[in-house]
Amino acid sequence: MIALLFWIPVLAGLLAFLIRSDRLRRGLLVATAIGNSLVVGAAWIHRPHAIWSGWLALDDVGLLFLTITSVVFLAAAVYAVGYLAAEGHPDSRRDFKEGVLFSNGPESIFTGGLLLFLATMTVMSMSQNFGIFWVALEASTLASAPLIYFHRHHRSLEASWKYLMLCSVGIAVALLGNFCLALAASAHGHGISLEVAPLLAHAAALDPRWLKAAFLFLLVGYGTKMGLAPLHTWLPDAHAESPSLVSALLSGALLNCAFLGILRIYQVCAAAGLGSFSQGLLTGFGLLSMAVATIYILNQSDYKRMLAYSSVEHMGLLALGVGLGGAGVFGALLHALNHSLAKAMLFLVAGNILSLYQTRTSALVKGILRRAPSVGIFWLVGLFAITGFPPFGTFLSEFTILKRAFDLKDFAIGTAILVSLGLVFVGFATSILAMAQGPTDPGDPTARSPELSGERAPVSAAAPTAILGSPSISWFTVMPPAVLGVVLLALGLYLPAGLDHLLHAAAASLGGS
Amino acid sequence: MVTQALLILLILTCLSLLGSSRLSAYIRIVALQGLLLGALTLAVHAKSLSTDIVLLALGSTIIKSLVVPRMLARAIREADVRTAARPFLGYGGSLVAGMLLLPVALWLGWHLTLPHPVAGGLVVPVSLYAMFIGLFLIAGRQQALTQILGYLVLENGIYAFGVALLVDYPLWVELAILLDLLGAVLVMGVILFDINRDFDHIDTSRLSALKD
Repeated sequence: MIALLFWIPVLAGLLAFLIRSDRLRRGLLVATAIGNSLVVGAAWIHRPHAIWSGWLALDDVGLLFLTITSVVFLAAAVYAVGYLAAEGHPDSRRDFKEGVLFSNGPESIFTGGLLLFLATMTVMSMSQNFGIFWVALEASTLASAPLIYFHRHHRSLEASWKYLMLCSVGIAVALLGNFCLALAASAHGHGISLEVAPLLAHAAALDPRWLKAAFLFLLVGYGTKMGLAPLHTWLPDAHAESPSLVSALLSGALLNCAFLGILRIYQVCAAAGLGSFSQGLLTGFGLLSMAVATIYILNQSDYKRMLAYSSVEHMGLLALGVGLGGAGVFGALLHALNHSLAKAMLFLVAGNILSLYQTRTSALVKGILRRAPSVGIFWLVGLFAITGFPPFGTFLSEFTILKRAFDLKDFAIGTAILVSLGLVFVGFATSILAMAQGPTDPGDPTARSPELSGERAPVSAAAPTAILGSPSISWFTVMPPAVLGVVLLALGLYLPAGLDHLLHAAAASLGGS
Repeated sequence: MVTQALLILLILTCLSLLGSSRLSAYIRIVALQGLLLGALTLAVHAKSLSTDIVLLALGSTIIKSLVVPRMLARAIREADVRTAARPFLGYGGSLVAGMLLLPVALWLGWHLTLPHPVAGGLVVPVSLYAMFIGLFLIAGRQQALTQILGYLVLENGIYAFGVALLVDYPLWVELAILLDLLGAVLVMGVILFDINRDFDHIDTSRLSALKD
């Protein structure tokens, strides 16, 4: 079964490069996503055995992150059908921001990249070996860089260069961390193999100094990919410039998978008696990320960048939850699930808004509720979901983390979380409410940029719907965020027993409860 | 003895990277580092040579000193750039900074005691030094190609650390690392072509449209 999880997206991804028919390729993308979800569902019913001498196996934490990845990918794949129908043509089109001409990358590379990206994230969720995890993380960077560079213009080029350079350096640092871990493991004569289980079993025999170095380097390295401040600088650019379904995958799936790498080494450190050392570092990075993200969200005029900074904030909250330990770990794991659903939904809706209004500036978007109710409703739902309002699942998980901080009598941290969440709500509400409400302004969106009005020969394929002002948005792009929103709401009202059990077991394996 | 000599040569290549201004010289120096690392792989494990180690040394030498430099040389030929952009600190300043980093690396290396010293005490400080220089090049040189070269030097430092210290870990992980490196340079190279085509330059300091 684990072999299936690996081979389905790999083979489908390679096949996607070869298929010439667009319809067939889009069908393959959705079929692969459905197949992947079905196998993941089967893994819930019957937990598969480890393969490759224990290097790939599904434990509780891994299954949680694999499920998140699979759900977000399914939503993104369905969305991609509608998105590529509008954006897939390689003819040149106008850039809405600066009016320069650009074309999109070949659709086959985009689809193939998406599928290989899924394969790398699946391996990350399942890997028990630190080396395999590292290789999969590196491969995920390479598979996703062409996705960010789908719109071939200079801003996305800059974003993907930053992404590649910063993440490559981060991954190099993480490699150093893995080497330090290997040194810590070979301290007493024979080497312990670098899988999670044997390292946990022989945790007492690990050299604490090298283990500390390993944790530090892995935290910095994988933290770069996860988007913890101050290593987050690639994140807003990559999220804002890539197609929205890619942003949803980056935020909803990739950041979590990088977090999983940090959780694995944290698990080993805690078993070796370095729990408070690693928790202190996680708490520090978590608080800093929340603070930095709050400041940038409050002054943000671009709604996709605002969502990106919100991801930095929530990644900080995840690190903080684990840093607080106890029930905080459970809260962090539940929050990883809730945040992924909410953020993927918001990015997908943001993509719909972008294709309706042709601008990323929040102030230029007015009256979504009137112009396209099916988009506006979920933009509003997303606002309350991401800012942790009851009855959404995010409320429960954020409350659990907050309660843990106050239970520990850590009033400074508790207050910091409250202030940050409050300010972020203000930032989100002012911008999103203004975008959703108000009268519609169905004027020609291209008329706003004076340099465009002169010649308008090569109009983009997506533009006609936007210019006419008729909100003819494909069902393929409306349904996935709607379904994600419903799931999120359901999770807030009722946590299924199986999921609750898995979350508790995963938290227990990470030293929480 | 051979190991020590190789490590000292590695320090010298790092220093000469800081002082040169021609891109083709950079690429040759990084290729030379690849050769030194291949030799280091063999020298460290000279007493217990196995086919795995010979293969690793061979593979790393081919990738680091033939394949990657070829790709980069082609990149500068097509982009038609000869000289590197002037670094922030200037060449003299960079050299002084590089000299100052050396005692830092030595001091750090001295304080990290090894569980079982394989290749003498010099491996850790030298690999740390190469990592420092790599990061220094990435941060201080605002040209896409020099940033790739800085990344390669960083990777070389980490490779030296790994190959000299890790005795009993599967070598295929190292091979996977080499393949990853190859892939990374490939993707970076493709983007490099596009940066050059879009902007008529490969100066990343002018990649500055995205900010808050």
